[in-house]
Amino acid sequence: MVEYRIDRRTGVATYLQIVQQTKQALRLGLLEPGDKLPTAREVVAATAINPNTVLKAYRELEREGLVEARRGLGTFVRKSLGAAPADSPFGAELADWADRARAAGLERDDVAALFNSVLDTHFKGDQG
Amino acid sequence: MSDTAMAAAGLGKRFGRRKGWALRECAFRLPAGRVCAVVGPNGAGKSTLLAHAAGLLRPTEGTLTVLGTSPAAARERMAYVAQDKPLHPQLTVAETLRWGREMNPRRWDRAVAERVVADGALDLDAKIRVLSGGQRTRVALALALGKRPELLLLDEPMADLDPLARHELMGTLMADAAEHGTTVVMSSHVVAELEGSCDHVLLIGSGRVRLAGPLDDLLTAHTLVTGPAADLDGHTVIESRTTGRQTTALIRPGGRLAGTWQRTTPTLEELVLAHLRSPEAPSLHLDSDDADDPAEPVEAAV
Repeated sequence: MVEYRIDRRTGVATYLQIVQQTKQALRLGLLEPGDKLPTAREVVAATAINPNTVLKAYRELEREGLVEARRGLGTFVRKSLGAAPADSPFGAELADWADRARAAGLERDDVAALFNSVLDTHFKGDQG
Repeated sequence: MSDTAMAAAGLGKRFGRRKGWALRECAFRLPAGRVCAVVGPNGAGKSTLLAHAAGLLRPTEGTLTVLGTSPAAARERMAYVAQDKPLHPQLTVAETLRWGREMNPRRWDRAVAERVVADGALDLDAKIRVLSGGQRTRVALALALGKRPELLLLDEPMADLDPLARHELMGTLMADAAEHGTTVVMSSHVVAELEGSCDHVLLIGSGRVRLAGPLDDLLTAHTLVTGPAADLDGHTVIESRTTGRQTTALIRPGGRLAGTWQRTTPTLEELVLAHLRSPEAPSLHLDSDDADDPAEPVEAAV
């Protein structure tokens, strides 16, 4: 199950925040095929956002083939995203690398800049 | 859902012949199933409008229909929570809910009312008079939602509540709207906190409807532009300020915008404040009968 955090000051539309956080959970393996997304009622009770915003986000995820709505049952994950669950060897290697970068005196912003620049070089032209 | 929860035509209200108009020539249409924010400064006419919808006031001129009929005929199908949330101070929470059931024998949904109270971890045996403002609001909301209204009218429900209580109560409201499709109309002069919760807006200023329509449509019909001072001929300028060489303006684009302008979509708060600071700006209604198929917003060419 995922729990959505809505940040009203980012300028990112609320429904997009839900879409992005769902995808993030799919990428990290926190959500797997067959898992149920929280109902609109559960999301709005916790976040106080408008129910239609949640439905719009779920429709978008459905349009992308990631989830499916089953009438009267809820919305379920259809497929996962990416191949890098949180516990994959890549995750461990990256964590190890981050430890070393920190030990070497790099700050968070330095690491982020470095990581993004490597991403840009190696994934040139790929969709974000 | 193309049903109309609330519609006004030429609605006007004057309290006594010597006083001015509290509402004048108000026209709007609110589709069912929306969460509508009625915003505007104190004294703008928000409470007067809600009291008309609740059937507590009669229009001096024009009409207001609710759920397709008159407010009096729709009384059973709607709930109204007044600003001062009148409750009997000597009753306990449990007795208040029992009273709600007796007042609404045909519609009372005990499970809904009890859940609203339970979500706030209220003691059922506590007397109303010892409750905090937020807890009282929660009991008033339980009474209103226990009636399972199709239309819920709330007059400044969040005033005098702390931020946590506001968030929790708004969550309760949104959950009910999600579950039952309740149309919610709530007035507030604190705009920012409504932005994520409402999807329809009615801006009242000096007794008149200044803006009416779906929130997203109203926001995208406006553009906040910043750039070197230059004229904005051809656009409807709501508000414009020039500091040194730079101009910041809120406009309704009327065609091409010169490429020198940086543009962003305003927030609800920016939209409301700009209109309140410019009482002469023309009103905008995006809630006509074909509002489900809104006109293409004017494309701002780069």
